[in-house]
Amino acid sequence: MNLAIHTQNLGRIYKIRGGKKTEPKELEALRDVDLEIPRGELFGLLGPNGAGKTTLIKILTTLLAPTSGRAWVTGFDVTKDSHKVRARINMVSGGEASGYGLLTVRENLWMFSQFYGIPSKEANRRIKQLMEVVGLGDRLNTKSSDLSTGLRQKMNIVRGFMTNPEVLFLDEPTLGLDVGASRDVRRFIRQWIDEDHFRTLLLTTHYMVEADELCDRVAIINEGRVLACDTPANLKRRLQQDAIFKMEVSPLNGLNVDSFEGLPGVRKAIHVPKDGTAELDLILEKDDALGGVVNMMTSNDVHILNLHKREPTLEDVFVDLVGRSMEEVEAGEE
Amino acid sequence: MKSEQWTVDSNQWAVEKNSGLKFFLQTVIARAYPRIIGQQREKSWMFFDIFLPLLAVSAYVFVYRAIGAPEEYVGFVVMGGAMTAFWMNVLWSMSSQLYWEKEMGNLALYIMAPNSMMAILLGMALGGMVATLLRALAITLLGSWIFDIPYAVVSFGQLFLVFMLAMVALYGMGMLFASLFLLLSREAWHLSNLAQEPVYLFSGFYFPIKSFNFWVAMSASIIPLTLGLDAMRQLVFPSGAALGFLSIPVEMGILSGLCVVFLTAAKLLLAYMEKLAIREGRLTESRR
Ligand SMILES: Nc1ncnc2c1ncn2[C@@H]1O[C@H](COP(=O)(O)OP(=O)(O)OP(=O)(O)O)[C@@H](O)[C@H]1O
Ligand SMILES: [Mg+2]
Repeated sequence: MNLAIHTQNLGRIYKIRGGKKTEPKELEALRDVDLEIPRGELFGLLGPNGAGKTTLIKILTTLLAPTSGRAWVTGFDVTKDSHKVRARINMVSGGEASGYGLLTVRENLWMFSQFYGIPSKEANRRIKQLMEVVGLGDRLNTKSSDLSTGLRQKMNIVRGFMTNPEVLFLDEPTLGLDVGASRDVRRFIRQWIDEDHFRTLLLTTHYMVEADELCDRVAIINEGRVLACDTPANLKRRLQQDAIFKMEVSPLNGLNVDSFEGLPGVRKAIHVPKDGTAELDLILEKDDALGGVVNMMTSNDVHILNLHKREPTLEDVFVDLVGRSMEEVEAGEE
Repeated sequence: MKSEQWTVDSNQWAVEKNSGLKFFLQTVIARAYPRIIGQQREKSWMFFDIFLPLLAVSAYVFVYRAIGAPEEYVGFVVMGGAMTAFWMNVLWSMSSQLYWEKEMGNLALYIMAPNSMMAILLGMALGGMVATLLRALAITLLGSWIFDIPYAVVSFGQLFLVFMLAMVALYGMGMLFASLFLLLSREAWHLSNLAQEPVYLFSGFYFPIKSFNFWVAMSASIIPLTLGLDAMRQLVFPSGAALGFLSIPVEMGILSGLCVVFLTAAKLLLAYMEKLAIREGRLTESRR
């Protein structure tokens, strides 16, 4: 099989040194990751902060050695044949400030193109073309220190695409971008993949919508483990049996998530307090479990302001797999 | 078939030529570029890099003239002032370069690219050298004009050779420092602070090292500029040879040795740094 990315029992443990006296602590950032990504796929890694997404990308881009297991990119082992891997890949991280502020956009991109052996003339042609595609055709001669965050990220994206990699890694490509710029970047990513079936792209994100709408397949990752890996549609299909309701209610008057989850048929409740009201997401085994929830509310003087049933999202899939929402996981970390 | 055409056209350069000399030089030049072009864009360099060193030179000239030191010393001081620019460049810019690249997030990209890291490091050195050459020339020309320095060049060929040997050895040392700084990070900062003044003294920027005890001068010769300066002074000033430390061929021999030692050490340490970075996952981390 012609796999662009292949990992087997991949794991990474970081040693964290404390003070001089304390023993170094170990942190397992990745554990037994098995992925098979064929060429032509736009693959997404979805997970909360600290899930291990960047760690996985670093291993696949030869920047970090795994502590167990193996990984191949374009058929080459990332540790033994790192040189061959490097010639065939590129990587862009969200929010990176690479390059030199004193150089213009064109000069910065040209410099990086040279590190991939692209002849100057060809490099300049590609830079010009790609900059126009991302809507920055008139900014070639702007000093890169003068670019806004969004424009800068577009320049970084061009840096990644310009070498025409066989596999491109994007670590949170839309981090910090506004809605419009994010949409541009996503559209460009999709177009790049669709243009050529030899290309493969792996991106990480913690935006559910991004994973859902953009990616061919998504791996949900938490605490270093891949919990599920499938197309967004298949992932959501797991919850097809469930009934998912979104409610807007008055403040909960002492009730909490646990009180609802104690009710029969309620698999999960997520509570988001708002100004003067509250939002409640409920994953129920069946529609009729709603009756118990409503009863409990009315007997505690909680008013229902709005209620509707909705389709499952990847967010719900995450909750189903992890038992907590991504926000809860991230909040629990701090 | 579009995809096949693309495979060939995109990877041909990188995959096939990435061990070749042409690709190596391409990388060196590209990494030297920001130094050579970018750095001249901030005009304030003229003040800091030319006017301030000239001021230091002037102070020595006035002192030497006031105490009636031999007039040759004035020329020595101007040349020392010009060469100081290279030392400052190596100590402050070259040695902290990889550290800054790491902070900016460039280091990971450099390691990830299919070039050799040695080419990147050489590019930094070349860029720093060329940019500093501009400053050193300006200091030499202005200083010679202001203080009316007499020159009597014995051999331009030898002068060029000595200068190049000193540069290669000095920047080889800078390349070694670059990896060392990255590994030691903050502690290294204090080291260069500590190193700056003693080096001024012992490498004889402002007077001939012949005035030192032989072994002191010999130890100071580990800094490539020491012998470089001494040999250049012998070749350039009318009474230079009389004030020289060792004979020119011997000094050139030692400088060549330093070139080999520093460049080899730089290459080894760089490879070690890259290996460590990949094993521990710390050095390419810019936010931590
Ligand atoms: N160099 C390092 N040394 C020690 N621990 C690290 C290192 N890099 C990452 N970690 C830890 O490993 C875990 C996974 O981190 P990683 O950066 O891969 O997560 P992530 O999914 O990319 O998160 P985010 O969404 O915040 O970018 C975290 O707990 C992190 O603190
Ligand atoms: Mg990350």
